[in-house]
Amino acid sequence: MNLFYVMKAGFFTTVQDLGRYGYLKYGIPISGAMDSFSMIAANLLVANSPNSACLEITLIGPELKALADTQIAVTGGEIPVKINGEDAPMWQTLTIRKGETISFGKVERGCRSYLSVRGGINTPVVLGSRSTYTRGKIGGIEGRQLRSGDVICGFNVQPLETRLKMPEDMIPKFSDDFTVHVVLGPQLEMFTDEGVQTFLSSRYRVTIESDRMGYRLDGPPIEHRGGAEVVSDALLPGAVQVPKNGKPIVIMRDAQTTGGYPKIAVVIISDLDLLGQAKPNDMVRFSEITLKEAHEQLLEYRKKLSSLTQDLVRIS
Amino acid sequence: MSRNYLFVRYVPFGDTALVVEFGDVIDLTLNQKVVALNEAVLGANIPGVEETVPTYRSLLIRYDPAKITYENLVAQIKILEETLGGKVLNKKGRKFIIPVAYGGIHGPDLKDVAEYHGLTEDQVVEIHCRREYRVYMIGFVAGFPYLGEVPEEIATPRLETPRLKVPAGSVGIAERQTGIYPCEAPGGWRIIGRTPVKLFDPNWQPPALLKPGDFVKFVPVSEEEFKRIEELVEAGAYKLKSEDV
Repeated sequence: MNLFYVMKAGFFTTVQDLGRYGYLKYGIPISGAMDSFSMIAANLLVANSPNSACLEITLIGPELKALADTQIAVTGGEIPVKINGEDAPMWQTLTIRKGETISFGKVERGCRSYLSVRGGINTPVVLGSRSTYTRGKIGGIEGRQLRSGDVICGFNVQPLETRLKMPEDMIPKFSDDFTVHVVLGPQLEMFTDEGVQTFLSSRYRVTIESDRMGYRLDGPPIEHRGGAEVVSDALLPGAVQVPKNGKPIVIMRDAQTTGGYPKIAVVIISDLDLLGQAKPNDMVRFSEITLKEAHEQLLEYRKKLSSLTQDLVRIS
Repeated sequence: MSRNYLFVRYVPFGDTALVVEFGDVIDLTLNQKVVALNEAVLGANIPGVEETVPTYRSLLIRYDPAKITYENLVAQIKILEETLGGKVLNKKGRKFIIPVAYGGIHGPDLKDVAEYHGLTEDQVVEIHCRREYRVYMIGFVAGFPYLGEVPEEIATPRLETPRLKVPAGSVGIAERQTGIYPCEAPGGWRIIGRTPVKLFDPNWQPPALLKPGDFVKFVPVSEEEFKRIEELVEAGAYKLKSEDV
């Protein structure tokens, strides 16, 4: 069924779910929501499964006209939401009537906001996921970002009787200064001790050359021990590559699956969502933790995600 | 800065993956070891192992730390690796015959590659087609095969400034590697020709035509033949030549 007519597409709006797993060996990146915590919350607020497809909004939001009665929720980076010109709150179920217009301003804190719709967005499942991977032109709407004139389809499901709200203390607050945890390696021996020290003690600025593929950072150059190239091997989101100029590049969800720059460290999974909210000119600092601590944090993060449904508050 | 390790290295890759590194060189035996270990890991069905990525010289194993500890995973992989004992399976691979239109609009860098080596364009084509290339790894973009190794006589460094768009099907050279762009992508490889054959389709199972351990043989085709094959490919009627080797 037709849900929305896209009047304005916004800066870079794509359909995303939790990602496309199991195809790295074919050169297909994981893709999926850059801030999966916020996307899962958006889904739970309209009683969807956590993996239902949502719209990922980047920096400037779209304008949508509802083609059916439905319910939505908006989460993630702080963004003004208006329904027929009236301010509407984030992080709770919103009721939409056919013909109403949903419009957004610019993301004011963070970088990416999520719009879920009751039942989820229905675009074709490609290799097990609805996530858009624009470079490979697969998933989402024709493998590309939204365009004005697109029609977004959904599923015909019963509306929620009780609206839901995220408790205030559970809403993530994004600043423009990020600290993320890393596990050092896998190619630590390619860097001098000073280089590793520089990496762990400096603040790096997210440059304009940053997107779903990766963030190029600017700041004190990291010193290599010998050459700055290795024979290409596998990459995963979170990997911090350091090319010859010493400026780190953090690999994100749409990145190529292999690369030939040495990797000094990898951002832990539970901090990737936070990093997904960094925008150009924000600052990032890397803090070392052990593998054991990283695993404890991962289990803790999963626990938080799986109990999220129970934490939501009924509002009517 | 090439290294071939005396011992296989086990290193964490963040909190959800393990890398088994055999060395830091492009080497046939080393890549065969990677492919052999990959098959052993997949065959062992270790609970908690989610996916594997074989590359030139290492195997990445993604795991769920809630289902298996890092130490336990390393211990199990070490047993598999020691059981193989550096043996490489002489398993049969598949060989694909890939038609390529060389030079002209399809291969804008063929002329430069020829000049770089003091050869004629025809000689470069003849040398590029002489060998069967092994698929060392699939990476970069969906279905991109890293093939090796091209004869030293035509090994050419990458472009100083990568192109923003390389058309799908383009066949390139980067040092002693050669490869095929399955979809349009930015890239710095020297483009010497183009194939009309499709290497990747998300509707295929598996979605990529080639896998590590397969072989590719290029054959030169004329512009007319290129167009004829292209039409057949688009109609879904092209029969790619392949054989077991």
